[in-house]
Amino acid sequence: MQKTVSLTVNGKPASGTVEGRTLLVQLLREILGLTGTHVGCDTSQCGACVVHVNGEAVKSCTLLAIQAEGCDVKTIEGVANGDDLHPMQEAFRDNHALQCGFCTPGMIMSALDLVKNNPDPSEREIREYLEGNLCRCTGYHNIVLAIKAGAAAMRGDPVPSGGHD
Amino acid sequence: MYEFTYHKAGSLDDATKLLGAEEAKLVAGGMTLIPTLKLRLAKPSDLVDLGSIASLKGIKEEGGGVTIGAMTRHIDVNRSSVVKSVIPGLAALAGMIGDPAVRNRGTMGGSVANNDPAADYPAAVVGLGATVVTTKREIAGDGFFTGMFETALGQDEIITAIKFPKPQASAYQKFRNPASRYAIVGVFVARTAGGVRVAVTGAGPCVFRVPEMEAALGKSFSADAIKDIAIPEDGLNSDIHASAEYRAHLVNVMARRAVAACG
Amino acid sequence: MAPSIGTPVRRKEDYRFITGQGTYTDDIDRPGQLHAYILRSPHAHAAIRSIDTKAAAGATGVVAIFTGADMAKDGIGGLPCGWLINNKDGSPMKEPPHPVLADGRVRHVGDPVAVVIADTLGHARDAAETIEVDYAVEPAIVDAAAAVKSGAAQVWPDAPGNLCYDWGLGDAAAVDAAIAKAARVVKLDLVNNRLVPNAMEPRAAIGEFDRATGEHTLYTTSQNPHVIRLLMGAFVLHIPEAKLRVVAPDVGGGFGSKIYHYAEEAIVTWAAGKVRKPIKWTAERSESFMSDAHGRDHVTHVELALDADDKFTALKVSTIANMGAYLSTFATCIPTYLYGTLLAGTYTTPAIYVETKAVFTHTVPVDAYRGAGRPEATYLLERIVDLAADELGVDPAELRRKNFIARDAYPYQTPVALQYDSGDYFATLDKAMAAADYAGFEARRREAAGRGKLRGIGIATYIEACGIAPSAVVGSLGARAGLFESAEIRVHPTGSISVLTGSHSHGQGHETTFAQLVADGLGVPIDSVEIVHGDTNKIPYGMGTYGSRSLAVGGSAIMKAMDKVIAKGRKIAAHLLEASEADVEFKDGAFTVAGTDRSKSFGEVALTAYVPHNFPHEELEPGLDEQAFYDPKNFTFPSGAHIAEIEIDPDTGHLTICRFTASDDFGRIINPMIVSGQVHGGLAQGIGQALLEGCVYDKSTGQLLTGSYNDYAMPRADDLPSFALSTNVTLCTHNPLGVKGCGEAGAIGAPAALTNAIVDALKAYGVRHVEMPATPERLWRVIQQNHPAQAA
Repeated sequence: MQKTVSLTVNGKPASGTVEGRTLLVQLLREILGLTGTHVGCDTSQCGACVVHVNGEAVKSCTLLAIQAEGCDVKTIEGVANGDDLHPMQEAFRDNHALQCGFCTPGMIMSALDLVKNNPDPSEREIREYLEGNLCRCTGYHNIVLAIKAGAAAMRGDPVPSGGHD
Repeated sequence: MYEFTYHKAGSLDDATKLLGAEEAKLVAGGMTLIPTLKLRLAKPSDLVDLGSIASLKGIKEEGGGVTIGAMTRHIDVNRSSVVKSVIPGLAALAGMIGDPAVRNRGTMGGSVANNDPAADYPAAVVGLGATVVTTKREIAGDGFFTGMFETALGQDEIITAIKFPKPQASAYQKFRNPASRYAIVGVFVARTAGGVRVAVTGAGPCVFRVPEMEAALGKSFSADAIKDIAIPEDGLNSDIHASAEYRAHLVNVMARRAVAACG
Repeated sequence: MAPSIGTPVRRKEDYRFITGQGTYTDDIDRPGQLHAYILRSPHAHAAIRSIDTKAAAGATGVVAIFTGADMAKDGIGGLPCGWLINNKDGSPMKEPPHPVLADGRVRHVGDPVAVVIADTLGHARDAAETIEVDYAVEPAIVDAAAAVKSGAAQVWPDAPGNLCYDWGLGDAAAVDAAIAKAARVVKLDLVNNRLVPNAMEPRAAIGEFDRATGEHTLYTTSQNPHVIRLLMGAFVLHIPEAKLRVVAPDVGGGFGSKIYHYAEEAIVTWAAGKVRKPIKWTAERSESFMSDAHGRDHVTHVELALDADDKFTALKVSTIANMGAYLSTFATCIPTYLYGTLLAGTYTTPAIYVETKAVFTHTVPVDAYRGAGRPEATYLLERIVDLAADELGVDPAELRRKNFIARDAYPYQTPVALQYDSGDYFATLDKAMAAADYAGFEARRREAAGRGKLRGIGIATYIEACGIAPSAVVGSLGARAGLFESAEIRVHPTGSISVLTGSHSHGQGHETTFAQLVADGLGVPIDSVEIVHGDTNKIPYGMGTYGSRSLAVGGSAIMKAMDKVIAKGRKIAAHLLEASEADVEFKDGAFTVAGTDRSKSFGEVALTAYVPHNFPHEELEPGLDEQAFYDPKNFTFPSGAHIAEIEIDPDTGHLTICRFTASDDFGRIINPMIVSGQVHGGLAQGIGQALLEGCVYDKSTGQLLTGSYNDYAMPRADDLPSFALSTNVTLCTHNPLGVKGCGEAGAIGAPAALTNAIVDALKAYGVRHVEMPATPERLWRVIQQNHPAQAA
């Protein structure tokens, strides 16, 4: 079956013709050209595909495109405000929280979901929250620092140093 | 994935009708079904989505317990002030399922209907002596889970809610598979007016109770009371992650920790 | 301008990644692109009686289906192996064919059998399921140690006993003599567990053919596009280099697994020529598990001889290394020259002998994975040293110090071919022990015991050979390639600079580190330096990135090219300043006549180079564009000391890492932020090997049991601690930067440190060794089987 799905992506109306079996991540990447959302596994574990649907983090590889009909979807491409990076993006750069960059979009989308619900997470809470996001490059050390720093910036608190001064 | 026809059910009647198709399947949160379809391990003709039936969502305190709609997500159970105050052990369990993005989609009804041998909710349903409410009847938790991925549900029967009685105390302890993070062993212990219940997930093909532990804990509700109660290995799961012997051992350890966590 | 070298310059490449604008291979769509699905063997070993593609050929959306027979008709060659190893007797190794698509037989689960090309991936996969392959299943062997035993299933008729080679290095007689008169000989059998690299970006490839120009293009997830162009063009598809462009755009991690030339690259490139449309293939993760080259998989017996003063007198190592079913590109050199040569480690052991039997099995090929041979060498060495300390009842740190190579002994010639140029193993160990509060450990052990926990501490020191590699040396050892690196510096008329490098960045941050070199070297702002890599149509012929070589070899090539730019600039400046070339100095971005204030900025010189209105053209060419090739004089030898501190819950076997401390010597550090990131990542992979990761095949069926993240345990954030890092610098003496390399250190030091800590924690149980990965059940069993009452 072919069906047209209409939804809002990064604040703008979008639509695409999909099969029943088309995943949300395929709609985003292959039809809408938003290739910042990645696919790193086929068992819904790696989290490279995390996007926000109606304000909550979901794995876009585990949601049918058709199920996102009418939803408000935000991807990594919609996080910055024009050329102004989001504080969490800044924190990832400033703390060297990425190397190859492949897991990074999912990490940032998950980090934003965490901070929305827990504005001042501890190291332990961050590590536990990242259960569904795999990174093979960083050993997570700098990702944890970045999320702490990004959260502080979002709260308007002084941003802790990541030790890369 | 094989191609299928997708339906968004508008009501339970609608969903029941659509389930009449020969190879139709329900999709709730989809957190197990969609990965299964992606690996082409299932080939449904039709997929019936329960996501827009509002009556299936929500948490109510009633009859001295909590009734949770089948399409209520793990995250909602985990954060619910009602569940936290009436059955904190259940709220905590919901926070241990999958990962945050999975908890944002996965539902109680979906998990219970799927009855994965390593899923967490079956331990709570059996451990708390809950009742599964369907479009046709009410099924006692003890009789609901009939085998690996098998339940008492008929083909056109849909879970609408689960009723959990309030225990005096309850807690869930889970030993995770280091790869999948599913339960290698999960033990739910509840101290109720009708006695103590100990339900085990992950260890066997299907959730089960441990009557010897329940009896011992009925006499003395302490971790020490069950420390010498060994679980037979026979019939337990054995795989590259954990042998039956190790699982049997972990049941005892997790049960003791759950008792201790009941406070 | 303040120097940027030595400072944590934030990465130039990050903007595109944090905004979702990176361009990975699967992000590329070519006009008219089709999709390939590869049908793979479900069996470990089977003869193919027939392949029936009739139904599939007529399925919706299918454009073409190809099998090995179709490739044979086109004269397509096999995938080559890049390193010839000779047996002890001097005869060459067995080198069986490595067909792109199965040649009538499949030899591991996942072996490619046919490719379906269709308008969508869904249609290609739907059609692939209707291909009927008639397999005659035969017995399989997956276990390396079992493969050499009589009666084992045979992978190749021409390699009896499944033996690829039986190689040796060192003085066997001297070792046996030393063992015979030793005061003590410590012996251990151990396994270095098989790993799956699991870069987060699955491999992908897009083939394209332009009939008008006759040019083939391959976009691929590679660490070394020129190597792929050479191997695929010359050995497989017979396309001349000038008609083959290989592009490795943003690549999402490699860790070795993206060095090799893989079948899928040849399939899409060849098939795109057949169907005259671009063809994309992207691995699903479950395909990655059964088609990416795996790592490690050694079974080893080791003996260490000591004299009465606890000095090491000899080391004897015998290893069986699993090659898998076929020889991957560099598979053969890993358990030999990247392994045996490292067995002196940080020690003065005077006599060393190592022998390696490489064996074929019905498994995915095994090749270099982060560390590649060096983690295996370090693991056995640091385990046997700890075991010796335990048997002698001496502190493991003291035993190490007693046997370390002295600070003033460099250059130090080991008995296994390498000559270390510099190092200070005492300093890194002291630093690590201080940072780890080694002295305070026993109090922490007691405190943990009070909580019912078993606490242990473990040290590992390591040496690695990086900066791979001097072409003359590796050539004499059987390498079929040179291992130099190239660089080209193009100074543009208005002073901005493009640096074209043969190195490839897939997370290492070259766009920043290399730019730091050039910004400081030419005295220009870092933002005016662009690093170009990854496209054979842009960059000079270079060997790519692996073996912690990029800065030591690729960076040195940039330094050489920069020297040439400065030399040329000096000529131009001398002309402009009407001075003698010998009197012109280059400093802080300006060419100055020595002892005067007459000066031309680098920008002025660059402009003049391209506006040569009054050049004496017979003496001075226009342009400021220089190329260099750097072939290293020696390997570089990073070293370090890692200390793990862990707690085990004896009730469950669950292990917690309490602290992990690493002190490393990487030579000069260009960007400390990037270096620490490299160490973090290496440590995570080393810890993964020690505690979580292990690739498991079913011994009877040859099925891959760890074929997804449900069964292969990847390190997650909550499995790992934050790391305490420090560095101690001794400079490399033979490259212009004094750098040594940092990419693999963590993966090399961590496994032994962890295992040593585990054995220490279980001391009271009389445990000598625990195999990796030390899963909860494995630890629980050790505790069950060795009651403390039995401990001596």
